[in-house]
Amino acid sequence: MSVDELEGQIAEWRAYTHRRRELHNTDVEELEDHLRSRISELTEAGLRADEAFLIAVKRMGSLDELSREFAREHSERLWKQLVLPAEPDTPAATRSRRELIVMVLCAAAAALAVKAPALFGQDMAGDGDVFYARNASLFALPALSVYFAWQRRVSPRVIGVLALLFAVGAVAANAYPLDEDSQSLILSAIHLPLALWLVVGIAYVGGDWRSDRRRMDFIRFTGEWLIYFVLIGLGGGVLMAFTAGTFRAIGLNAEEFISQWLLPCGAAAAVVVAAWLVEAKQSVIENMAPVLTRVFTPLFAATLLAFLVAIIWTTNGIDVERDVLIIFDLLLVVVLGLLLYAISARDLTARPGLFDHVQLALVVSALIIDALVLLAITGRITEWGFSPNKTAALGENLILLTNLAWSAWLFLSFVRGRAPFARLEHWQTRYLVVYAAWAWTVVLAFPLIFNFT
Amino acid sequence: MYITKDLVAASATPLVLGILAEGENYGYAILKQVNELSGGELEWTDGLLYPLLHRLERLGHVVSAWQTPPGERRRKYYRITDQGLAELAEQRRQWATVVDALRGVWNAAQSVKPIPAPAWEAGR
Repeated sequence: MSVDELEGQIAEWRAYTHRRRELHNTDVEELEDHLRSRISELTEAGLRADEAFLIAVKRMGSLDELSREFAREHSERLWKQLVLPAEPDTPAATRSRRELIVMVLCAAAAALAVKAPALFGQDMAGDGDVFYARNASLFALPALSVYFAWQRRVSPRVIGVLALLFAVGAVAANAYPLDEDSQSLILSAIHLPLALWLVVGIAYVGGDWRSDRRRMDFIRFTGEWLIYFVLIGLGGGVLMAFTAGTFRAIGLNAEEFISQWLLPCGAAAAVVVAAWLVEAKQSVIENMAPVLTRVFTPLFAATLLAFLVAIIWTTNGIDVERDVLIIFDLLLVVVLGLLLYAISARDLTARPGLFDHVQLALVVSALIIDALVLLAITGRITEWGFSPNKTAALGENLILLTNLAWSAWLFLSFVRGRAPFARLEHWQTRYLVVYAAWAWTVVLAFPLIFNFT
Repeated sequence: MYITKDLVAASATPLVLGILAEGENYGYAILKQVNELSGGELEWTDGLLYPLLHRLERLGHVVSAWQTPPGERRRKYYRITDQGLAELAEQRRQWATVVDALRGVWNAAQSVKPIPAPAWEAGR
């Protein structure tokens, strides 16, 4: 056996060893050195290279046993380490370190942006609160877009589009002479973040917004981001409680600092940090949103079916109050979310299973319930008149209803084996445009349509 | 000669620490030295030395560093620490006690041996 062949065998052994999660690069290197020492000793004693290799490998012990011993010594390695790259000195680690720096800069920019208006007399606690409500999404989301634009190395054209859309958002938020307690102001404060989040999506997909796959990635990202943001928020809540409590113990009132600095700046920074965490752990940890979906889809399906049964059993009509639409809008959002994140984790080629039937039952019962609500409400809506709030709630309901109705139809074809699952995914990713169009309509057109009320 | 797994495991730490007490060394050379010291009787599975070395490092008994001696491959060398030396002394004390006790037992056993078989067995 030639030297080349021996090297080939050692390379194979190394590749095989590398597959063990318990063994890190440096461990494999150390073991390889050992293997080579053993081989050269045996060949010096007169063995042929291939014989020496076999004996050396055999004496090293079985890889299973070795991994087990390493695992016992380094049990932490079985827990995937997320934030700190486990093995420094690799190109990936250098890159993630640079990413960390850019992320920290973007997060700091987001946090500072929150306080920047204070320099121009917009006091968060005082009469600036309306200003902050209008512009809430304009502090952190541009910084987040910058982070993604940097990370994805987007083209100048895409940067131009992003800048333009954020500028439009800023103008829309501030240019209209909206009354402080007008409905349009609140609607704008709710819908602008949605519109701008989809703008962030353009940066997230690196400008490739026509690609279905990339859009689906953005949907996955949104779910994970939300979960991380909530988790950071919980941690932040604990931090704030301790800040307030400990300072009160020494007679200092930290509440103003918390409400003026810690909470708003922390929330803005958390937007960027959560996004970075999602990106960093993408391939490391299982996505959480699909896991939650798996848990809650059957529960929601059961609840909705029980609700339907209760309506039929008691023949109680739905009590149509003025705000009833909103809760059913939110219900549709939840059902849509459950559908989306089930899709996001699904193997598109898998055959329909029990879970798909539960999912279908969930969507159909949500549709029936919403149809009942809409039936009950149509008579009353003319009576109430089309205020901005009512129009927005109704519009959203119709948009979600359309989405779910067509989804249910596609789902049914899939479950009966008549259409591939990919069509459902395609439908959902295409539909993102509708959300964007609607959010921008509410922000830009509603104040004009409803005379700034 | 076969030596039981437990005995090998129990003696591994003092052996490795003892070898490292003579100067820093790397895995393969440590193993060879164990082999020589035991006259080839003490056989370890080669790979299992490394988890042991890592454990000693985690406990602070040894420290490690990658070095490239001139004309050789890059290797991870282990060096014993003061804490490791203290541990070695402690292990030595314990082993001495065990060995003394065992020696006592062997001697006693030797004096027991010559007892003649009971008379009722003698006739067979």
